[in-house]
Amino acid sequence: MNSAETMKRTETMLLNLGPSHPSTHGVLRVLLELDGELILRADPDIGYLHRGIEKMCEYRTYHRCMPLMNRLDYLAGEVNLFGFCLAMEKLLGIEVPKRVQYIRVMIAELTRIASHLFWLGTHGHDLGAMTPLFYAFREREKIMDMCEMISGARMFPLYLRIGGLAADLPEGFIPAAWEFVKSFPDKCQDYHNLLTKNQIWIERTKGVGVMTADEALDWGWSGPMARGSGVNWDLRRDNPYSSYEEFDFVVPLGKNGDTYDRYLVRMEEMIQANRIVRQALEKLAETPPGDIKAEDPRVSLPSKDAVYNDIAGLINHFKLIQEGIKPPVGEVYQCIEAPKGEMGFYIVSDGSPQAFRLKIRGPSFVNLSAMDKLARGRLLADSIALIGTMDIVLADVDR
Amino acid sequence: MGIEEHLGYNILTTSLEKLVDWGRKSSLWPATFGLACCAIEMICTAANRWDIARFGMEAFRASPRQADVIIIAGTVCKKMMPAIERIYEQMTEPKWVIAMGACACSGGIFDSYAVVQGIDKYLPVDVYVPGCPPRPEGLLYGILKLHEKILQDPFLTKKYQERLALRQEAV
Repeated sequence: MNSAETMKRTETMLLNLGPSHPSTHGVLRVLLELDGELILRADPDIGYLHRGIEKMCEYRTYHRCMPLMNRLDYLAGEVNLFGFCLAMEKLLGIEVPKRVQYIRVMIAELTRIASHLFWLGTHGHDLGAMTPLFYAFREREKIMDMCEMISGARMFPLYLRIGGLAADLPEGFIPAAWEFVKSFPDKCQDYHNLLTKNQIWIERTKGVGVMTADEALDWGWSGPMARGSGVNWDLRRDNPYSSYEEFDFVVPLGKNGDTYDRYLVRMEEMIQANRIVRQALEKLAETPPGDIKAEDPRVSLPSKDAVYNDIAGLINHFKLIQEGIKPPVGEVYQCIEAPKGEMGFYIVSDGSPQAFRLKIRGPSFVNLSAMDKLARGRLLADSIALIGTMDIVLADVDR
Repeated sequence: MGIEEHLGYNILTTSLEKLVDWGRKSSLWPATFGLACCAIEMICTAANRWDIARFGMEAFRASPRQADVIIIAGTVCKKMMPAIERIYEQMTEPKWVIAMGACACSGGIFDSYAVVQGIDKYLPVDVYVPGCPPRPEGLLYGILKLHEKILQDPFLTKKYQERLALRQEAV
């Protein structure tokens, strides 16, 4: 009676992955429709970490928005702030001194290494390799220590300011950075030794989540995700900001667009980021110390000497603190190459100290949208590899 | 419930109580439960540099049924709150709650429409660890404070039984 086809058909099962799951990198929930172990449909359900950051920015002055920017993609807090400050400077039309630009680049690249290290540790941990986590955290802690040096906070230094920096680099930072830069390539080799030729790692990642270059572009991917598929696009090189054009670095590309290639791309990106930090340190030595903000009374606080001894300085300080920055009417979009992809800030200003609208283009959100495409037809265990390779941060997805 | 249901309150059980309390504080198993930024610092606390294993806490349990303490690490959003409550209810008694970070303590900087202004509106918090995010040392200090609290927790007394009844009523 029954043909073989109908005999084989089984009832599908809905599986709830998350929101509390050790491998969903936060509070992502994925609804999986399974036929046995085969994924028929993967439906990410987001919003479990929606904190309303964009709305909050509409009633806060620009300065008070800055701590929120840190907490967007919390693995690379300072990079988000970097983008926000650049957007504000574009809106205000200010140019910051070279020293500021180099320090910003250096901090951004150190943060990129920290973010990738965290990704490496957790991605490995999710797929059953616990050791990389401990090795990756060893170096990440050094970067956290440097963040602590510049501001006292580990994860969210809040060191950048609109139009400059909070302070000059502290004593002892440059030697610590040099030490890190010199030792990091060897440490990176440790990670390669642990994973790159590990048979289990290869089996779990090769051919999983394949995306061609065209598909990656269609899905709006950016950053290491797109580069893993061979899309030759890096905003640092193709749309340089903050003097990135002066730095010499290679944009690593993948061939097959699978999880393993994306792993290799991110590993190489860490080495390249380390090279950029080295160049930034060299360039920093040629700039005058203390030159850490644009001399623009609209945004930069006057020196303490001027505040205490000069009525104009006192008024300037008072106005900036009490009223905030008042950019001209207009709108601006500034994107940067965050560790996870293109991080964009679209600010609409109506001339008041608060933004009329602040839209954040989070890379994790866009990258996550392809979850269904990648997971379809794969096994359940691969969904963990896919979430890991997308390197999502839920605060960046939900905002 | 465990041992406390089967024993009366006398001198022998008082000493037993101390022993049990000591055992409980020495191997607290936390639930693997990260919400936001603070979860990263929680992972750092568990990793090599701070090594939470020194306090017998390295066994992060993915299932709340095996966990003794839940560290609410991060911003609690309204959409997430039912899930947290369910996880908390799935944990077996005795259980403790650590509110880690400004968001879990009071909502932190996120005074917005989407964020629960402090987890203590829903769960009985034992230790608050302030900071945004708290340093790993901060979390460890909170854990040590919780240890002190557990050591002083006479679980066989009438007071404890009353508190437990109240808690169960609230649930």
